[in-house]
Amino acid sequence: MEELKEKVKQALETGTISGFLGLKNEGGHVSPYLVTRDNLDELELLTLEDKRYPLAKILGRIAAKHPEKTLGVMVRGCDEKAIIELLKANQLDEKRIVRFGVACTQQLAEKCRCPTPYPTQIDAGEKVKGVTTDELLSQIEQMAVDDRLRYWLNQFGKCIKCYGCRNICPVCYCTECALEDRLLVPGGKIPPDTPVFHLIKACHMIERCIDCGLCEQACPAGIPLRTIYRKMGQVMNKLFNYVPGRAVEEKSPLGALEERTKVA
Amino acid sequence: MYLEVLDGEVIGVLPTVSHPVNQGALCIKGWNAHEFISSDKRLKKPLMKKNGGFSEVSWEEAIGYTAKELKRVRDQYGPDSIGVLTSAKCTNEENYLLMKFTRAVLGTNNIDHCARL
Repeated sequence: MEELKEKVKQALETGTISGFLGLKNEGGHVSPYLVTRDNLDELELLTLEDKRYPLAKILGRIAAKHPEKTLGVMVRGCDEKAIIELLKANQLDEKRIVRFGVACTQQLAEKCRCPTPYPTQIDAGEKVKGVTTDELLSQIEQMAVDDRLRYWLNQFGKCIKCYGCRNICPVCYCTECALEDRLLVPGGKIPPDTPVFHLIKACHMIERCIDCGLCEQACPAGIPLRTIYRKMGQVMNKLFNYVPGRAVEEKSPLGALEERTKVA
Repeated sequence: MYLEVLDGEVIGVLPTVSHPVNQGALCIKGWNAHEFISSDKRLKKPLMKKNGGFSEVSWEEAIGYTAKELKRVRDQYGPDSIGVLTSAKCTNEENYLLMKFTRAVLGTNNIDHCARL
């Protein structure tokens, strides 16, 4: 962390970046914060823990208000994937972002069940192996179809329609969200129409879910959302060799109207 | 929950993931707690109904009239004739104050919360 703080301090002092978005631990509580030349001493609070926030999304909000400024941001493996997806969707300007890559520890990788606990460029930390097994997914895949349906309807029935999964998702950027469309999702029902509500979100995640798990973290009802999106990601990868968050040049096959998109 | 503040303006809400009790979960009211802060529907001056319509009055007139009337109703009909509803848009401290006011000043237990409406 100390080397990261030095690099950030230098970038701020030389004016390479106008501000740096990171996570701080203040009094035991973790939150995102912006460091500028005016509060450089707060860089001391910079932290990397299992408490995460959608930094790519927050960066987008700051950049929207200050499009001319170049901003630095602390990126883990997941943050970088989110940024790549937002870049693909023109929600962020590549020229105005400076990424400070941090590799997660083995402990963090296991806590997050993360397959890629490191960004492409690492400024602090040591690269560790990711976690590729998914117990719950394996369990569900072994269930009979009827049991699976019952399992998921049961899970979705716990939903209190807080929109936490949508609000916290770093790659959800639509200003008019399908989940708020009264024609698709009738109002005044808790749980919302199952499985419609969750399948709408799942469909919109197909080409952009980066498997960060923030949705599951935010869900007050403990619905295993990440497992659904993971399964979809596996299908996408198998059929189209497409993985969201891998590279900016890698366009989604769902958006491509080209002859070359072939189903395997 | 955290209030997301950018350039001195509240632009959103974020959960407090490190909170020992809620562990970063928020309900829909929590996620939108920031929306009313800068709403232009918020009152800027006390309004009092006069001649069938609302007119702006001073704080002294508003508070004085309210205190006088609450006292009159309480003395004439008893403390339990008054009920108080608090709000999720108030801080815990403001709701506590209202509870103390209802019980210690008005002398009734008739205090409830808008969430139970």
